[in-house]
Amino acid sequence: MLHQLSWKVGGQQGEGIESTGEMFSMAMNRLGYFLYGYRHFSSRIKGGHTNNKITVRPTEVRSIADDLDILVAFDQETIDVNYQELTEKGVILADAKFEPVKPEDSKAPLFVVPFTEIAAELGTTLMKNMVAIGATAALLNLDDEVFQNVVNDIFGKKGEEVVQKNMEAIARGREMMSELLGERVGEWALAPADGKRRMFMIGNDAIALGALAAGTRFMAAYPITPASEIMEYLIRKLPKFGGAVIQTEDEIAAATMAIGSNYGGVRAFTASAGPGLSLMMEAIGLSGMTEQPLVVVDTQRGGPSTGLPTKQEQSDLMAMLYGTHGEIPKVVIAPSTLEEAFFDTIQAFNIAEELQLPVILMTDLQLSLGKQTAEPFDYSKIEIRRGKIVTEELAESADKAYFKRYENTADGISPRVLPGTLNGIHHVTGVEHDETGKPSEATGNRQTQMDKRFRKLEALRFDQPVYTNAPHEEADILLVGFNSTRGAIEEVQERLNAQGMKVNHAHIRLIHPFPSAEMAPLVAKAKKVIVVENNYTGQLANIMKMNIGGHDKIKMITKYNGTPFLPGELEIKVKELAH
Amino acid sequence: MATFKDFRNTVKPNWCPGCGDFSVQAAIQRAAANVGIEPNNLAVISGIGCSGRISGYINSYGFHGIHGRALPIAQGLKMANRDLHVIASGGDGDGFAIGMGHTIHAIRRNIDITYVVMDNQIYGLTKGQTSPRSAAGFITKSTPGGAIEPSLKPLEVALTSGATFVAQGFSTDIKELTALIEAGLNHKGFSFINVFSPCVTYNKVNTYDWFKEHLTKLADIEGYDHTDRNLAMQTIMQHDSLVTGIIYQDTATTSYQEKVVGYSELPLMDIDIKMSEQEFTALVDEFM
Ligand SMILES: Cc1ncc(C[n+]2csc(CCOP(=O)(O)OP(=O)(O)O)c2C)c(N)n1
Ligand code: SF4
Ligand SMILES: [Mg+2]
Repeated sequence: MLHQLSWKVGGQQGEGIESTGEMFSMAMNRLGYFLYGYRHFSSRIKGGHTNNKITVRPTEVRSIADDLDILVAFDQETIDVNYQELTEKGVILADAKFEPVKPEDSKAPLFVVPFTEIAAELGTTLMKNMVAIGATAALLNLDDEVFQNVVNDIFGKKGEEVVQKNMEAIARGREMMSELLGERVGEWALAPADGKRRMFMIGNDAIALGALAAGTRFMAAYPITPASEIMEYLIRKLPKFGGAVIQTEDEIAAATMAIGSNYGGVRAFTASAGPGLSLMMEAIGLSGMTEQPLVVVDTQRGGPSTGLPTKQEQSDLMAMLYGTHGEIPKVVIAPSTLEEAFFDTIQAFNIAEELQLPVILMTDLQLSLGKQTAEPFDYSKIEIRRGKIVTEELAESADKAYFKRYENTADGISPRVLPGTLNGIHHVTGVEHDETGKPSEATGNRQTQMDKRFRKLEALRFDQPVYTNAPHEEADILLVGFNSTRGAIEEVQERLNAQGMKVNHAHIRLIHPFPSAEMAPLVAKAKKVIVVENNYTGQLANIMKMNIGGHDKIKMITKYNGTPFLPGELEIKVKELAH
Repeated sequence: MATFKDFRNTVKPNWCPGCGDFSVQAAIQRAAANVGIEPNNLAVISGIGCSGRISGYINSYGFHGIHGRALPIAQGLKMANRDLHVIASGGDGDGFAIGMGHTIHAIRRNIDITYVVMDNQIYGLTKGQTSPRSAAGFITKSTPGGAIEPSLKPLEVALTSGATFVAQGFSTDIKELTALIEAGLNHKGFSFINVFSPCVTYNKVNTYDWFKEHLTKLADIEGYDHTDRNLAMQTIMQHDSLVTGIIYQDTATTSYQEKVVGYSELPLMDIDIKMSEQEFTALVDEFM
């Protein structure tokens, strides 16, 4: 019995590869297994190799598996590109239609199943993926009933007959495969799972749900990979909550519209990726200068320019921190799990309103699009804090003096009155201004207002700015990362500790302002610090050096070829650097 | 009820004496009072330029943003608070150069706000460079040999972009301009008002006298019907856009907000945002 199964389906884009993976995952999810799914795709709609790799375990799974047990191929390219990942026990299931050829040096046996032909016999070749699911079921010894619920959910709307046909396709696939396997049926069966129901979602789902739970009622955004799912979710859900989404003409409009809406008192936000973030820079500065709350989600992908639009990278970090001209206080948060993505989104809205500044929530393609299981989020932990919004009636002021919207308070946070409020009139401008918002270039005022704006950061409250797993008082190595590298690092830490090394792990969740108080002692306790990141220049490593020093011990492992870190390769690299 | 005096504040504009923008400011103040708006229910969102300073000179909520982005800020604000009256305003460079994309899409989108452009055919604040509204041959600091590009035709662009309200005024004629802004404020949808607002410092060609000589009032054109889009297009082409009055209005239009499915009748800012446990559980269940 296996304790981990790694399954991959591949073919040409637009051929239902995604839905095959989806169907298999949903069934496994409902049995209570933990899953981690990662899609390889390119920016075209039809054609081009795509695959969906799904790692399944009865216990928590944190990262993509190093290797592969089952490869389901709908074309020869899938075999050629992926067979080397197969383990010794690995198998290839391939559609007879393309007359698959086993690569000469492949140790994995090739089973040829007429996926398309069986589907055609049942009425439509569209069902070839169901036949493939059935074949998989034979390897894993799964009952057809396991799929009944999922098939009902997906095809129920199309009527009983369609459900029946799809179930038949699964049964036929299984029968055919069982015959080919003979005694080997069920040899890839997984240890049983606990049967508990868990969510199965991508990071963007968690962010979108978080935004809704945080009370967003308006989103302005422009489509881009890998951010669009956030907008699409809110387009589906916001009408039920009275809100709206506008697909704008560009990201400049998206960010400034969100600012206008926040100015009006609504929790509004936008989401994009690197190219859009670049366009938003001036608006982010406007939010900082005018102290209007703004939440921007940046789902990092391969840059620069159009770069690798559908591939993993973590190279926008410096741009998020320093991309805007001039100096403003801002907060940058980097969740690394689904749960963090959900709650950090809520935090982003709270902080933006409490401190009246821009908050950038950063993710990366692997976290945004990787599909994982998670325990349902805890409703009781959802907290909404709106800061100093003025809700009481205001008295009429003498001689039309404007409301002190930028009052120089002790904590730097000024009362925020919303347009429409009687006697609350004030001016807002991106030009340096006095306490009522009137433009002022006076040197004293400039200094006061700059100090006031930056003082707000001292009031920042953020639980667990760094996720740490640091069992060693004196460590050989401290592994550091942010966003989606968390799973691979955790896995490597576990392996190396089991091999007798002393490895600690810190995953930075609050990137800016940098959590020096939490990070400095961890760095001090380690002989070497290895920062793991998906970029070329080692942006996080540089940020760490800038904030807490440690130049002599901070090393980095970078990867910028568009693919996520796998635990195996990371383990080797860490060991190399350790000696 | 507020009078136009209630829309005055104590700030002294830093415009040059004689700048056309003074009258535009006065017309906005009068129009707001005439249609019965209270100062706290008006927000003026402006861009960057000499003209962009206008939001600081009117006693109302005001937001002076970044160059070319008054419209998206104004639209976001209106989406947040549908009860608020929102006026966006700025210069010809602001709206027809750097912000042209937003202008066209705001026109198409038809959110219920009013956009007043102070068109002086020049960049005032940056001290006299050519604008998309400058005529071919116009000599400025940035076009010492005369502008090569032809001038942009905002009225034609608006009409072809699906505008539901297009008007043009001249800052000297405060009475007509006030009436145009009033009509814009009363229009259910996006109202676009281009105003010839001479720059006395950098534009020595398109002066007050020049406009007086060249402008025709649509009211004086016999049979002009501003609900006839074809006639509107024909007329502005015949007059090289040098007309004032309401050029076109689609009176049957409904604004963007009326069309958004599910959009709250109550201003969004007034909705209780905390989700119930039941609502939350239902959303979570969809992922299980
Ligand atoms: C992004 C950006 N680019 C350039 C500028 C400089 N700038 C300020 S106002 C302006 C043009 C002003 O012309 P117009 O919009 O016609 O306003 P006017 O001063 O004529 O009223 C320019 C180019 C800026 N503020 N921001
Ligand atoms: S430079 Fe021109 S546009 Fe600017 S204030 Fe002076 S007259 Fe008006
Ligand atoms: Mg101008």
